[in-house]
Parts: sequence; C-alpha cells; structure tokens
Amino acid sequence: MPDRSDFIKKILAGDPGAGARMIRLIEADDPQAFGLLRALYPHSGKAFIIGITGAPGAGKSTIINGLITQFRKQNFKVGVIAVDPTSPFSGGAILGDRLRMQTHATDENVFIRSMASRGRAGGLSRATRDAALVLDAMGHHILLIETVGAGQAEFEISYLAHSIGIVVVPGSCDGIQAVKAGILETGDIFIVNKGDMGDADVSAHQLSMVIEMGKARKTGWNPRVIKTHALEGLGLAELAAAFLAHRDFLGTDPDPDKTRKERETLYFNCLVRELAMKKLGAFMETDPAYPEIINQLLAREIDPFTAAEQVFKKIQRKMTHGK
Amino acid sequence: MENKIRVLIAKPGLDGHDKGAKIVALALRDAGFEVIYTGLHQTLEQIIAIATQEAVDVIGLSIMSGAHLPICRKLLAMMIKKGLPDIRLVVGGVIPFQDIPALKQMGVAAVFPGGTSFEDINSGMKALFEKER
Ligand SMILES: Nc1nc2c(ncn2[C@@H]2O[C@H](COP(=O)(O)OP(=O)(O)OP(=O)(O)O)[C@@H](O)[C@H]2O)c(=O)[nH]1
Ligand SMILES: [Mg+2]
Repeated sequence: MPDRSDFIKKILAGDPGAGARMIRLIEADDPQAFGLLRALYPHSGKAFIIGITGAPGAGKSTIINGLITQFRKQNFKVGVIAVDPTSPFSGGAILGDRLRMQTHATDENVFIRSMASRGRAGGLSRATRDAALVLDAMGHHILLIETVGAGQAEFEISYLAHSIGIVVVPGSCDGIQAVKAGILETGDIFIVNKGDMGDADVSAHQLSMVIEMGKARKTGWNPRVIKTHALEGLGLAELAAAFLAHRDFLGTDPDPDKTRKERETLYFNCLVRELAMKKLGAFMETDPAYPEIINQLLAREIDPFTAAEQVFKKIQRKMTHGK
Repeated sequence: MENKIRVLIAKPGLDGHDKGAKIVALALRDAGFEVIYTGLHQTLEQIIAIATQEAVDVIGLSIMSGAHLPICRKLLAMMIKKGLPDIRLVVGGVIPFQDIPALKQMGVAAVFPGGTSFEDINSGMKALFEKER
C-alpha cells in the first residue's frame, strides 16, 4: 500500500480501483483491513441497502440489472455485491452474476463486485458486510446485495439489508416453502418473476393471502407483492418505486431503532467473536500445551469436555495477565 | 481467510461461442481459483472496468478471431493507462505458435493455445504467482 491516508482519501472519493483493493484486503483478512475500516466507518451509514434473495435461477441477477437501470434514471450512485457459492471441493468459485449486468459495466456511477461465499451456509460473511461498508463510504446511495439462494441466506441478509426482496417463480410453490422456512417475516417485497413462464397472477394472489395471514410484523410495513418479467424489464419501475417507498417508510418508522439495534448487536457480537477466535488460533499455533492436550485426548486420558474447559481457562488467564 | 487468486475470463469481440471459455472457467474453479465469468462480446473498455471493480489478479482472454495481436497490444496499453499494470494478462484460443514470442514480448504473461491441457493451464496460471511468493 503506497500511502494510507491517500488510499483512504481515494476510497472516500469513490475511486473504483481503491475501493476494489480495499475489499480484497477485507477478503484476505489482511491485518491492515481492521484499521482501514475503522477510518472508513464514520463516513458510512448513508446508503440504503437492499437485499435480493431467492432460489437459484429465480432471476435475482436479472432483476438487479433492471433495478440498476431504474435507480440510475433517478441519478442514484449504485453499488452491487453479488455472492455466488464457493465449491466445497476445491475452494474455488465461478462468479457469474455480473454476466447479467453487463450493460452497466462501464457506467462510472455503478460499482459491481462479485464475491464468493467461502463456505458460509447463507453465503453472507462479515466480509460481505464490511464490503458493503466500503461501497457505502465510497458514496453509493443504494446498495444491492444478491445472496446465494439457500434458505439460511434470508436470515443473514436481514441483518445487513434495510429492505429485503424475495424472488419467487410462478408455480414453484416457493410461497409455501417460504412459509415453512419462516422467511415470510423477513421479506419486505415479494417479487414474482418470470411472469411469462406461468401463471404469475395465481402465485401473486397466493402469496398475498399468505402474507395477510402472517401479518404480525413488528415494523408495521405491509409487504408488497410485485410481478416482473425481468428479462424484458417489465415491472422493474414499479419494483424500484416499491423499494424507495419502503425506504421512505423506514424514514418515518416510529420504532426504527429496534431492528437497527438487532442488526448492530449481531454484527458487533460477530466481530468480537472473530477477534476471540483469532486469539484462540494464536494459542493453538504457539502454546506447547495444545498438542499435549490433543495427545491426551487421543489416548483417552482426558475427556474432551474437561479438555475444552482447560484450554479456555488457559486462554482466559493469558488474556487477563499480559500478552 | 486466505487470499484466493481471482481471474477474469473474458471474450473480447464478436467471434464465436463461449464453450471453450466456460470449460476453462470450470477447470480453474476446480483448481481453486475464483473465476469471474462474463460470457461473450465484451469491449476492451468493459474488460478494463470489470478488472478494476473486481480487483482481479489475472485477465484471461479467449480469442478465436485471429486478432489476438492487436487486441492484446491495445488492452495492455489500456491496463497501464488505467493503473492496472500489476494484473497479468493471459491468452487462450486459436493462437498460432509463431505468434507466441510476439505476445510474450509485448507483455502477455502466458499463452495457452487451443489444445493446451487443463493441467498445463492450471500449472501455468499458478506459476505466474510462484515467482513472487
Ligand atoms: N423467461 C424468463 N426468464 C428469465 C426471467 N428473468 C430471468 N430469466 C432467466 O433465468 C435465468 C436465471 O436468471 P438469473 O438472473 O441468473 O437468476 P439468479 O437468481 O441470479 O441465478 P443464480 O444467481 O444462479 O441463483 C437466466 O437464463 C435468465 O435469462 C424472466 O422474467 N422470464
Ligand atoms: Mg445470480
């Protein structure tokens, strides 16, 4: 890194190269990342963050492409983080979401970053959240985050995004699945995509009924159901308007701090836990007692429960009495 | 988290299909790379913008049209101009062997002509990074 304050200045000025390099430092868990994030943090908190989730192939990337077009018409600067799964076999990944967003590649006011899930069940990691902080600090007004379409993602994205769109496809029973999975509570806007492929009206109607039934939402927002044909860009203007309406609603929410508190607490806990894990990792790498305990375990001279407690106590002592 | 090598696979110009590029993308994923796959028909401006936003380590071009010399020359010049001199450019596709020295000389880091085995591509890609580690 050439010059730290120069680097930070560039990120804050929205320089795409600097922002991209910052996100790499985050992904690599570079020791500099923590301090840099600390410097960027005061400049974040301004972006409106939209999460787009739904089953694989439902049309999430195509919808994001259409939303970028809509938001650009209103002169918003748009940042996108698109998560695709990491292969559990090789640790590699194919990141193909931005293939559907090609037309925006050279728009200076659009920044698209692909991210591999790197083994997280829901595909969202602290790295995703920290990358969102960077895009926010770069001055993007709206962030669109595409998750991998796995059940867990819906919960995780709700701790990052202000507004969540769940994409379903007609006739796929996704509505019922959503009820079963309990994700209905997390959706702010339901998007029935591929309106050309099946009876979108039926699906939209069913969804509306299910939402009506489960309407014990803490925020008082009435979830919307919107039909799209994303390939043709149909319904996208309405969808963009719905997200902005939700943003306005949140602006006047009598109790906005409740969800905010949940969100911030979860992130903070996650951060503290990660720092603690690093200490633990350092202990395991360096302390001669650790391989000794493993040997005892293997010889069944000690049970794993007692062993775990012993290790923990030792770390605790280390933490309180000097480094 | 370790620092994975990020590769952008792109097909500049209007030529052909992307079957070969897709298969190479899959092979690279299976070798542990993070591959940004962007399909057909990119302009060089798009390739530069994507490489910047994704902060990739390698740009891999698949070229079947025979225009590999002018395309690589132009892209390398753009990479320097846009502040991306550290990104390695590699090329595959229909590349006559007699053109390889000229490509290397202008700054292409590796050339994988059609028929190069996946093992050779993988080891060639990894070799790009072993020198400095
Ligand atoms: N017929 C039809 N096809 C669509 C529509 N929207 C998207 N598709 C197609 O559906 C396929 C998947 O679209 P994507 O946008 O990649 O879906 P995705 O949810 O992002 O997929 P993953 O990221 O792989 O989970 C593509 O072939 C799209 O062209 C639509 O409204 N109608
Ligand atoms: Mg996608």
